[in-house]
Order: sequence, then C-alpha cells, then structure tokens
Amino acid sequence: MFFTVSLYVALAVFGLGLVYKTSTWFRYSIGIEAEKIPTSVRISAGIKGIAASVFSAKIATLIKVFVLDVILQIKILRQDFLRWLMHICIYIGFILLLLMHALDNFVSSALFTDYYSTINPFMFLRDLFGAMVILGVAIAVYRRFILKVPRLETNAMDYYAIIILAVIMISGVLLEGAKITSYTEFQIMMEDYAGLDDEAAIEALESYWAEYFGVVSPNVKAPFDEDVLSQGQEIHEESCMDCHSRPQWAFAGYAVAKISKPIALALDRAQSATILWYIHFLACFIGLAYLPLSKMFHIFASPLSLLANAVMQKGKSDPANIATRQIMELDACTHCCTCTLNCSAGVFFEHFPNTNILPSEKILSIKYLAAGKPLSADELRHIQEGVYLCTNCSRCTVACPAGINLQDLWFNVRESLLQKGYPEFFALSPLSFYRGLMKEDADKDTYQKPLDQAREAIADTCELMKIQDKILSLSGIDPGFKAGLSRSDQADTFLACFGCETCSTVCPVVASYDNPRAALGLLPHQIMHSCGLGLKDLALGSNMLWYCLTCYQCQERCPQGVSVTDILYELKNAAVEQVKERSNQEKPK
Amino acid sequence: MKFALYIGCNIPARLKQYESSARAVLRKFDVGVTDIREFNCCGYPVRNMDHTAFVLASARNLALAARENLSVISLCKCCFGSLKKADHLIKENAALRAEINRILEKEGLKYDGDIEVKHFLSVLFHDIGIKTLKEKIEKPFSDLKIATHYGCHVLRPSKIVQFDDPVVPSIFDQLVEVTGARSIDWPMKLECCGAPVWGINDDLSMRLTEKKLADGDKAGADYLCTACPFCQMQFDTVQQMMRSGRSTDLQLPSVLYPQLLGLSLGIDRDLLGLEMNRLSLQGIEDFVRVPEAVET
Repeated sequence: MFFTVSLYVALAVFGLGLVYKTSTWFRYSIGIEAEKIPTSVRISAGIKGIAASVFSAKIATLIKVFVLDVILQIKILRQDFLRWLMHICIYIGFILLLLMHALDNFVSSALFTDYYSTINPFMFLRDLFGAMVILGVAIAVYRRFILKVPRLETNAMDYYAIIILAVIMISGVLLEGAKITSYTEFQIMMEDYAGLDDEAAIEALESYWAEYFGVVSPNVKAPFDEDVLSQGQEIHEESCMDCHSRPQWAFAGYAVAKISKPIALALDRAQSATILWYIHFLACFIGLAYLPLSKMFHIFASPLSLLANAVMQKGKSDPANIATRQIMELDACTHCCTCTLNCSAGVFFEHFPNTNILPSEKILSIKYLAAGKPLSADELRHIQEGVYLCTNCSRCTVACPAGINLQDLWFNVRESLLQKGYPEFFALSPLSFYRGLMKEDADKDTYQKPLDQAREAIADTCELMKIQDKILSLSGIDPGFKAGLSRSDQADTFLACFGCETCSTVCPVVASYDNPRAALGLLPHQIMHSCGLGLKDLALGSNMLWYCLTCYQCQERCPQGVSVTDILYELKNAAVEQVKERSNQEKPK
Repeated sequence: MKFALYIGCNIPARLKQYESSARAVLRKFDVGVTDIREFNCCGYPVRNMDHTAFVLASARNLALAARENLSVISLCKCCFGSLKKADHLIKENAALRAEINRILEKEGLKYDGDIEVKHFLSVLFHDIGIKTLKEKIEKPFSDLKIATHYGCHVLRPSKIVQFDDPVVPSIFDQLVEVTGARSIDWPMKLECCGAPVWGINDDLSMRLTEKKLADGDKAGADYLCTACPFCQMQFDTVQQMMRSGRSTDLQLPSVLYPQLLGLSLGIDRDLLGLEMNRLSLQGIEDFVRVPEAVET
C-alpha cells in the first residue's frame, strides 16, 4: 500500500516537473532578439521544425548523431576514456536495471515467460548491471574528489547526483545480501512453497539452504550431516530449485551476505531487509520525483540538444526555434565541466576571482538569468565579465558532450547584459574583435553603446581631463604614481623622454585624424610627459590609450629608448584598476 | 625537427584554412608537429586589462611546451609577440617569475624561460631554408604581384621578438619570391592592418585598413599576403564587411602565405582551403606558370 501510494506520488511529481521544465523551454528566453518572440510562436515553430527535420533528408543526420553521440557517446570518448567508461557504465547499467529489474512486471515478464528475478541469467545480470553503475559512480567520485583536476568545479547538484545514485545502488546490493542471509525470508518462502510440517524435513531443507544458499539460521549449524543435506536437497529440488539459482551468481549481494554472516541473525531480527527495501524504493522514488529539477534531467535534454544542434544552424533555422533550443540547452548541461577543461580562457580564473570565467559555471549563472531570478548588480557584473572574458575560440562548443552551442549562448547573453548599463572594461580589449566580426548579427542601435560607456566610465575618474582651460595646478600630482608604474620591466623608461614627439609623429592612430587632440585627448608624447610629471589623471584619461594599436612603431623609433607602447599598456592597466577601485569605494557598505 | 604547434583561438574557430594549409606545408618538408591540447589563450587579449593575467596565460603555454621539451611554432603574430614578451619577462623579472610559477605549480607546471618560440615564417626561412623550399616548387607563379604584409607583432619590439630587421625586413619577401611571385615595394608594408582596434573603434580600424588597401592597390598588387589570423581576417572578413558599409570599389583580396606557397608546391587545393576565404582567390591560379611554357 505504502509502496503503491509513494510510487504514484513520485510519478505525479515527476510528471508535473516534466511539464514545468518543458514549458520553460518555450517561456524563457536568452538574448535581445529571443525576448521578442512570444511563447505561442515558439511552440508552433517547434512543432514545424521537428516535423520538417524528421520528414526530410535530415533524418539520416539525426540517426547518425543518435547512434554515435547519444548511444555510444563518442564525444566523451574523444575527451577521456575514463570518463567515457564512467558514463557508459552508469547509463547503460541503470537503463538495463530499470527495464529488467524495476519494471520487471512490464518488461522482463513480458519478454521472458520463465522470468524469475532469482534465477539465472536474470539474477546474475541484475548484479552485473548494478556493479556497472557502482563502478561508474566510483569513477565519478574518484574524478571529482580524488583527482582534483584544476578548475573542475563540483557543486551541490553534482553531490546530489552521486549520492542518490550511490544510495539506490548500495541499498539494492545490501538488500540483496540481507535477503540471502535472512532466516525470516527463508521461513516465509518455505511456508509458501514447500508447506512442510515434518520437523526433520524442515531441518533438512534449512541445513541445505544454510550450506549452499547462505541462509543464516538460528537453529542449525555447520558442519551438517551428509544424510540431512541429501534429504534437504531432495526437498529443495522439489520445491525451490525451479525459482532459485545458487546465490553466488548474485555476486555483489552474495559478497555482502558472506561479509555480514557473523551479524546476520541480529540484522534479520532488526528487520534489516524490510528497512533496506524501504530505503531502496524510496530513494528510487525520490530520484524519480526530483529528476526533472535535478541535473538528471539531462537524460532527456542532452539527447535533444545533440539532435537539435546536428540539424540546426544560426542564420538558417527559425530564430524562434533557436530561442527554444538555447533554453533547452541549459537543461542539457550536466556540469561535466568538459567545456571548462577545454576553455582557452579558463587560465584567467587563476588570476581573476570570478567563477563566471569558467564556461561550466557561466552556464549555471545563465540558468538563473534566464529564469528571471533577481540578481544583484555585482552578480550581473560578474556574469558580464565572465561572458566577455572569452576568446570565442569555440573549443567549448566543439567539445561539449551534450552538443550545446555554448558560443552562441555566450554571444546572446553578452549582448543582452551589455545593455544593462554596467561598463565592461574588457570591451576595450582585443576580446572585442569577435564582437566586431559579428556586428551584423548584433543590434545596430546598441552596438556602440558599451564601448562608449566603458571609455566614459574610465575618463570619468580622471578629473584633470575635464578642465577646459588646461592651466593645471600642481595639485594634481600623484607622487606615488611614477613609482607605481612598474608592471612591465621597462615601464619607468618614460623618465628618459625629452619631448621630441617622434612617438606621436610615427603613430598611425594620430595620423588617422585631422584633429587628433579632439579625438584622442593626449597624444603619446604628451602622455609620456604626464607620466614624468606624475599627472596621473592626464596619463590615464585619454582615448589614446584605448585606440592604441600596440603596433610598437613609437617604441621602436624612440631615440631615447622609451618603451612607449609598454607604458601605454601599463597605463591601461592602471586606469582599469583605478575605475574598479572607485566603484568599490562608492558601493554602500 | 619537431615542434609544438600553437594555433591560438582564432584559427580553429574562424580561419581553419590557415591551420590546414600550414600543416600541409610543414608536412611537405617533414617538420613534425605535436598538438598540446591543454594550450590556452596567449594572453594578448587581456594585456590591456591586466599585465599579470597576460603573462600567466602565455607562461602556462610555454610551461606546457617545456614539459614536452619542444620549441613552439606560432601561426599568429599576436600570439607570437605575446609569447616572446612573456618569455622575456619571465627570464628578466625574478619576482614575476616566482609569482607566475606559484600559480602554475598547482597544475604541476613550471616555466623558467628556456623554450624557443618561433613564428611559422621563421621556421620556413631558418629551419627549412629558401634553398630547400625552392627545390620543391612545382608550379611557380609568374607575373603575380604580391603586397607582403609583415604584421606588427612579429617585427616589433625588435629587441624582444628578434624576427628580422625591423626597418628593412626581408624574410617574408624572400619567402614570397620563392613561389615565383614578386613581392612589390609599397610604402605601407610595415604598417598595422587595423585589427587591434576592430570591435573597439571600428571607424579607426577601417581607416587604417583602407589606407593599406589603397596603398597596396596603388603599388600594383594583385593580392595581399599575410601570415597572421588577425591581419588575414582584417583584410578578408573585415574588408568584405567594409565593402557593404562604405563607398569603395577597391578590392584587394588577401592570401595566407601557406596558401600561396602551397599552390606553388602543388599541394591539394582542398587542404589549402582556397574557397574558405571570404574574398575570392579564384584568379590566383591563373598566375601559375604552365610547365610547357617554361620549356619552350
């Protein structure tokens, strides 16, 4: 009764969760363009898209991807054999257990007329599949907690997944072990199937089962008399043998039975088999009910993501379907961290303390963002920095075993976050090269805004730049500034500048403007001079810094050996540092 | 000869033909290359923001190469410049070296500045040599005028990169001329392509590119030639974007050096990825001298 009720409750929660999660695929959106597409349009586009893919030549691609990437998981194999073994063991083992063992009334019994869970090959196979899952979970634990791969992050959801699987599997094996040794179980079975009244016959069967089937009896003890055993064997062959293979075949449960033998009687009296049975099926039902909200939901979403990405292409597929796919992809993520381990920019996490630099963590933040969770300004800034600090090398997308198009995800999130108005200083770096290449895909009206915003935020911290008459008092001198310019080995070479203007004369940026002062602020030689005077604001506040090509013409030509380009680099660093410090100070404590 | 091939971030994502053509050329001359999967960004893009982050990224790559005891070939001039600069800093600055190694140590890595970093062109010029290259030329070009674009970060700062003479460089020209093409004189040969500010100040970036294109065109070039993904994308992808946004009829397509060399070596054109360039390279094969014509 309790079993049935809890099963139906779990199924109902699972069903509701499934409906809820699937609905978010059509309701949530990522990116400026996706927000404009209503849910109804996305649902109908989705149906059309699926139909169009299935009933076309694309079906061949879908079948190929299903076999190679979904079933055989070649993408994981390409990354790492151990991880492939881990995942194959868990998912093949679990699916087979689900079909053969959990759903035995519907599957095994229907397929095999002589199915009994306690006879071979079923008894052996159940343990084999269980052992596969346990091996997989053990590898997962080893990978996450013992190997300690740098930048491989483990979160609560990963713990949950490992724990729920471990509880289901271990409780199952223990339950099997407890049932093998259980005298209570033996008695029930004997009454139901053997119907013995004769004391001697009962003793004979009990002895036989204690000797060969691992039952721990309070009444009989080895060594047994040969005659008793042969009498027991007769009864066994008559009443039990048809449904029972030798317990050694259930090697995992049998091992537990062997180990627990000394305490088996006490365990049996404490009803351990019943308790373990409750733990086992409740853990299964919790796993089932919570599945749609846990990372285990990937068992539905990841294959869909792999298949969808195999036949969809930006620019060709319906934007409504791409919007839907991008939300589905968030559920397809298993937090396996393949992306992070392949990330070209992951190394920067060792220097900037922002987990959003790592793609596997970025995607978690994007889940919150898509779900409309209220995020603080700091959190948004961190996500924005994380998506910007990306070299757009596509390695994450190529490697993702769930087929998620991460690069497109970053692009859309980047563009929509940039419009929130937090200045992104990385926009003033060559990381923007890709954004420039993609500008035809971006909103024309909003493309320029983040670039201006970042420059203005920096210039805003430089008071002296705002003085119009340019008669400067000496109060702007920052005595620590000169000494502070020391990041590069040659930054202090500005001291040798004698103002010949060669740097500004050879600068191709300066040469590109009719009125360079208006466009660039201070020119290179003036910036060198400002450094010499300790006029920090002037040195840091010019557009020249951000428009510098780093072509090193100035540095190469300087007759005094001033490392002009390197100093400009250094000043850019200092300017960003200064604006970040200011914004931290302004934050309410 | 064996090297670690450093392809960086742009090439595998957006300029696959550079990688495939360069690999084909290296194979032709039996230069072995190893791929180190753990290679990361060279640090160039974050140098504006944070010096230490830049050095860390470059140093990690060098440490990975050091672990395999391999010299590095870079296909990108910006990566090359960054790796060279970081290598120099690590050698010169003990405090920085210690700081970086403290971080690298977590992954069991270490870098003390003992790895040679070479640009692809240097390997062709110094390790293979003009003479060997010449021997393998099967289909030399004739009457093909190439505007050779050196790229800033391979030439300057010359004290650190030590690629060629920064004022009158000749390595790239000699490599172009090996193919039978003529490397023309053009005043803006050593100027920046404009890519470093593409995405930051597009207008400025296009002005610089336009100037170079006009200069190359005026000097009579049929094609530009590059050996850097940033320069190539600037002259190819960005030039194409510029044409749609600006009133200019000027078109000067750019060919990657291994594509040019590959054609003259008779390497399969699929490997050279000629069709993958945005601006068509269709006409370039018309400049291949027909072998019969040579004999007569």
